[in-house]
Amino acid sequence: MDLVSRALPLLGQAVIITLLLGITSFLIGSVIGLIVALGRLSPHRLPRYLAVAYVSIVRGTPLLIQVLLIYFGLPQIGIVLAPIPAAIAALSLNGGAYLSENFRAGVLSVDRGQREAAHSLSMSYPQSLRRVILPQAARIALPPVGSRFIAIMKDTSLASVITVFELTRLANMVGSATFRYIEMFVIVAVVYWLINTVLSIGQEALERRLARPY
Amino acid sequence: MPATTAVQITGLRKRFGPLEVLKGVDLSVARGEVLVVMGASGSGKTTLLRCINLLEEPDDGIITVCDCTVVCGPHAPRGRKRNKQIRSVCLQAAMVFQQFNLFPHRTALQNVIEAPITVKGVAKADAVALGERLLDRVGLADKRDQYPARLSGGQKQRVAIARALAMEPDVILFDEPTSALDPELHEEVLQTMRDLARGGMTMIVVTHEVQFAKDVADRVVFMDGGEIVEDAPPAEFFARPRHARARLFLRLVAADQPTDAPTGSTTDGKGTAAEL
Repeated sequence: MDLVSRALPLLGQAVIITLLLGITSFLIGSVIGLIVALGRLSPHRLPRYLAVAYVSIVRGTPLLIQVLLIYFGLPQIGIVLAPIPAAIAALSLNGGAYLSENFRAGVLSVDRGQREAAHSLSMSYPQSLRRVILPQAARIALPPVGSRFIAIMKDTSLASVITVFELTRLANMVGSATFRYIEMFVIVAVVYWLINTVLSIGQEALERRLARPY
Repeated sequence: MPATTAVQITGLRKRFGPLEVLKGVDLSVARGEVLVVMGASGSGKTTLLRCINLLEEPDDGIITVCDCTVVCGPHAPRGRKRNKQIRSVCLQAAMVFQQFNLFPHRTALQNVIEAPITVKGVAKADAVALGERLLDRVGLADKRDQYPARLSGGQKQRVAIARALAMEPDVILFDEPTSALDPELHEEVLQTMRDLARGGMTMIVVTHEVQFAKDVADRVVFMDGGEIVEDAPPAEFFARPRHARARLFLRLVAADQPTDAPTGSTTDGKGTAAEL
């Protein structure tokens, strides 16, 4: 019980940091993902190429490298980020690349006739996106976006390597001080699992709500 | 262009890859006129209609709907100004699609009032009043809060017609409005279109509905191989089609619609296939 009594007060704090990282990164990543998806779908070449390059680089390199580059690399060119902002930046940029693919697939799966109807009603491209395409694309993109949210939540554990005091770092620290690694890693694994179970229950409820015929 | 002309098309060309779908089409439609466009599939009739709404970008030609003109071709302007031209042409010429293309996430009423509110900036209350009036006009006042998934094909198409009317267009383009419907649902849509024609609406209708063309059309245009090969009043077109392809087409369509069979021109399936 010595271990638990020592870890418990810190556990609450670490859970909050993990949730903060995961939720913030998901939200910022969604904005990035939407912008990148629209760039990818643009009729103009430049935004399309930029979006393709961005997605390719982010998906083709390890997230750990991205985290390290932002935290340790950027100060070299004068950009110093505190650990938590650096972790959020890396997770958002990374999640955004994956989310952009989910959004793009959603937009592409909306029937072409919808765009044509909006065109014939004289809607501008932004109007047809906002009023016609995106509401339908969101519904289609929901399952993969939910999975990405959960993936981001688990990816937050990489923030531990840049000294962010989240769940994984807590387990590591308490574990190394007490040599009770099994207990500590099992505890935080269960906490991750609980968080993500709540997320997937929420996602399922949302999907059920949206699965109704309109 | 005289003020009595609603649509003027000059030298319209469109190719898809190696296939030349429209080979320089000239067409003029007067205000209040109902023009039926007929032709076999692949003759270019649907592409012609879609070009009037710029759903296809023509390779060459000039399209004028009322007072809005879009010039197409290599020297056509690009960018914002052109998009604006295209939108104003669409404002004058609304489209009714074969597959309805209603917005599935909006109720019947919301489908009708969407564009008046977002495009024209009509106040919500005015748009709702307009939408209710139009749904009533197509006989669907009681379906205002239904989503398209809960409507029959015929009802969907009537909502789509109400949606087109809500923009108060000068012309309505119908792209095979009954082709996606079960036979027993054709009549309710055709009846709605007859009412529109009686009300003086300018209409360009791509259809195979011979009886509708006979009853309602002021003129029938027959297309073949990307060209207009016949342009005549329906009485003349159906009684004495001059072009061989038109005669063949009418026989084939008549086989589909037994009640409309032109007398004395029926032939067996083998003969027509060979002629094709």
